[in-house]
Amino acid sequence: MKALYLLSLSFLTFISLHAQMVKKSEAGPFLLKNATIHTITKGVIQGDLLISGERIEAIGQNIKSSAKYTVLDCTGKHIYPGMIDGGTQVALSEIEAVSITNDFNEIGDFIPHMQALTAVNPNAVTIPVTRTNGVTTVLTGPKGGRFPGTAALIDLHGYTPEQMYAGFKGVVLNFPSSGRRGRFDRRSDEDVKKDAEKALKKLDDIWAEAVLYAQIDSAAAVDKNIKINRKPEMDALLPVIRKQGVLLVEVNKSEDIKAALGWIAKNKINAVLTGVAEGSRVAQDIAKAGLAVITGPVLETPRRDYDRYDTPYANAGNMLKAGVRVAIRTDEAENARNLPFHAGFAAAYGMGIDEAYRAVSIVPAEIFGVSKFYGSLEAGKVANLYICDGDPFETRNQVEALFIRGWKVPLESRHTLLYDEFIQRSPGVK
Amino acid sequence: MTTKYTTLLLLFVFAYAKGQTGDVLIKGGTVLTITNGVKENTDVLITKGKISAIGKNLKAPGATKVIEATGMYIMPGIIDAHSHIALDAINEASHPVTPEVNVGDAINPYDVSIYQALAGGVTISHAMHGSANAIGGQCQTIKHRYGEVNPDKLKMEGAPRTIKFALGENPMRTHGEGQGIVPRTRMGVEQVFRTAFSDARVYKQQWADHKAGLTKMAPEFSLRMETLADILDGKILIHCHSYRADEILMLLNVLKDYGVKKICFQHVNEGFKVAPELAAFGASASVFSDWWAYKFEVYYSTAYNAAILTRNGVVTSINSDSDELIRHLYHEAAKTQRYGDLSDEEALKLITLNPAKQLGIEDRVGSIEKGKDGDLAIFDKHPLSVYAIPQFTIVDGNVLFDRKNDAADKRIDIDPEEKLEAAFYERLIEKDNCMQDVTETLFFGHQYREALHKH
Repeated sequence: MKALYLLSLSFLTFISLHAQMVKKSEAGPFLLKNATIHTITKGVIQGDLLISGERIEAIGQNIKSSAKYTVLDCTGKHIYPGMIDGGTQVALSEIEAVSITNDFNEIGDFIPHMQALTAVNPNAVTIPVTRTNGVTTVLTGPKGGRFPGTAALIDLHGYTPEQMYAGFKGVVLNFPSSGRRGRFDRRSDEDVKKDAEKALKKLDDIWAEAVLYAQIDSAAAVDKNIKINRKPEMDALLPVIRKQGVLLVEVNKSEDIKAALGWIAKNKINAVLTGVAEGSRVAQDIAKAGLAVITGPVLETPRRDYDRYDTPYANAGNMLKAGVRVAIRTDEAENARNLPFHAGFAAAYGMGIDEAYRAVSIVPAEIFGVSKFYGSLEAGKVANLYICDGDPFETRNQVEALFIRGWKVPLESRHTLLYDEFIQRSPGVK
Repeated sequence: MTTKYTTLLLLFVFAYAKGQTGDVLIKGGTVLTITNGVKENTDVLITKGKISAIGKNLKAPGATKVIEATGMYIMPGIIDAHSHIALDAINEASHPVTPEVNVGDAINPYDVSIYQALAGGVTISHAMHGSANAIGGQCQTIKHRYGEVNPDKLKMEGAPRTIKFALGENPMRTHGEGQGIVPRTRMGVEQVFRTAFSDARVYKQQWADHKAGLTKMAPEFSLRMETLADILDGKILIHCHSYRADEILMLLNVLKDYGVKKICFQHVNEGFKVAPELAAFGASASVFSDWWAYKFEVYYSTAYNAAILTRNGVVTSINSDSDELIRHLYHEAAKTQRYGDLSDEEALKLITLNPAKQLGIEDRVGSIEKGKDGDLAIFDKHPLSVYAIPQFTIVDGNVLFDRKNDAADKRIDIDPEEKLEAAFYERLIEKDNCMQDVTETLFFGHQYREALHKH
């Protein structure tokens, strides 16, 4: 009987360990003492940072301690605002090659009503992995057809998608491409061109219909005699048509970027360009249009064989120099944890370290309209931040503690747990 | 336009053809020797393509090219033990056992990826057959002599023969799911090896009997069986695509039964689980720095793999298997410091001496020592820093990458009819490059269409 009891107990322990995966987060308030605080918007401060509830309560010298506070001595350590990845599939994809575990690519070409937030899995294995390198917030979004759905900004902590939601949604448009889909795309030059023109015509038709739908919708709101046949996909575009929402326009080839700029101006859309692999080539045009850019991945091969080898590394910096507001993304699911390295490469190849950090913090926060609460270390902002033993882009450095909305989140993940178990395997070999 | 390119092309080829090996003196850098510590303010002299001296205030004949490297870091040319660049064909996916084919017959010296790899300090790569077959084709160690247009001149002379094996999902999908033949499971994969080795033993015996005069008629000659026999005789190094711990142990058992001693496991994402067994066998491991979760058999992975293997005494390297990652293997190696706290020398060994050992070329390359090949990579900062930018890459004493002076367009094969604006490629994430050609041909339906429709 006792043996049976022990067996069932060990079984329970086993289950709970694997179901939970990583330890629970701890609640504050936390007082971080004697740190080098990289506020991003207000310079570098030597001092203390107080986290209370989900907010940063205060930053300054000699903040008075209290018995209620958990105090962390940060002498010699650095505090940074949590990094924001401007474009990922985090929590929407579990295993890329197993299609049934992918929730970012619904069927259909015109489906802006598909909500990424709906499919965010709060227990996705990628979430703790992404956090361990200081990424606290990501835009996670759909891929696929012309309008594959609506992306959502989420914090990488919480038990439901609603808890994780960080206040921004954007409809994604994959702007028609006149490029080849890869080296195996054997269409003739003419066919490539024709397909692109056809796609652009179709996009114009959809947009004209959406504008008309918005007009009918507005009219129906004031005149009860006007009936409107509701269409969810058209409803999803209403905020964009009315300039209350942002259209995330994915476009990469220089000629297509120019076409997109023209299309956006013609239709007077509140747009953000994403991808923008060849932004360097048309940086002046983007700057003149006044559009912000979320570019990446930085660690990428040149898109044309005749490009200089470092074109993708230098792209973000080149656009910044031309006066474009630039945020950086990984466009990754399981390896969004590499965001600091994408930023580090951009920094080395012309962007500079300070600007590269802005590109993964305050700039995306501004682009997503959440800079009141996100993107820098200021009293009153959401306590998304981490403690690092040095420059967080530098490969060897370690993130030592991380906070999301004031919760101290354990820096455990499948990767660290497997390390802990197997670095000293026992039994080893006889 | 075309004339301009042709002239450029000719200039470049002639510049290279001046000599197969070159002389160069690198002055005043920090030399990361790998085998003999770090030497500050030290010169390295390369004469006729070989390192001839390492020391202070070295002198060279007047005409020798000099690189002023004060403040810079000099490391051995980076070696990638798993790559598919410079190849026109990857997978002979027509049968689970195809050791008779050789990627050395499909080398493409015009591939601009070779230059892009040089621009990341990589001087040697192991051009591998794909992973569609349990016993795939033979591979070829190549030197990145970009500008050389004779495919055979890229082959590293004297490098041992190597062959690709593959376990798990790829051969199972290609043959089991794709063709309805064994293997469809990991049980089947084991028996493909055992059957092939058994047949090869019989073949060897038949020839031995014939040569001893015991049989009159010679057995039928088979290049497939000849190659398998060479594997059993230890004349060909095995590089085996693998992921799961159980399948790794399976192959170790098969090799023990057939007396094969040398193997390098490739990818080997679950190598960390059986690191003591790998060490006991003397097997080596060539891993990704952090790729995982792109398919089911890599779902239970850890970026600490290289560190755990290293701590267990397994000779480990970090590879690319990608024309993207090959451009920053120095950064991939540095990730073992974030994930597992390896020392600088341990991390650098993962992309120099250790892959050299796995390819059987460690007496020639992989460290900065007198008498070794003049293959070097020169960085402005320590190569393990995320901010390090490669400045020069030298192969056989020839400077084949020079960041400040190289032209932007480094193609050496230009189609005069190609329209520049049409040559843009949308990004296509190909995380399993080992399956190239298979996805295009065998799985023509499903995967190919899916890839096409990704954008």
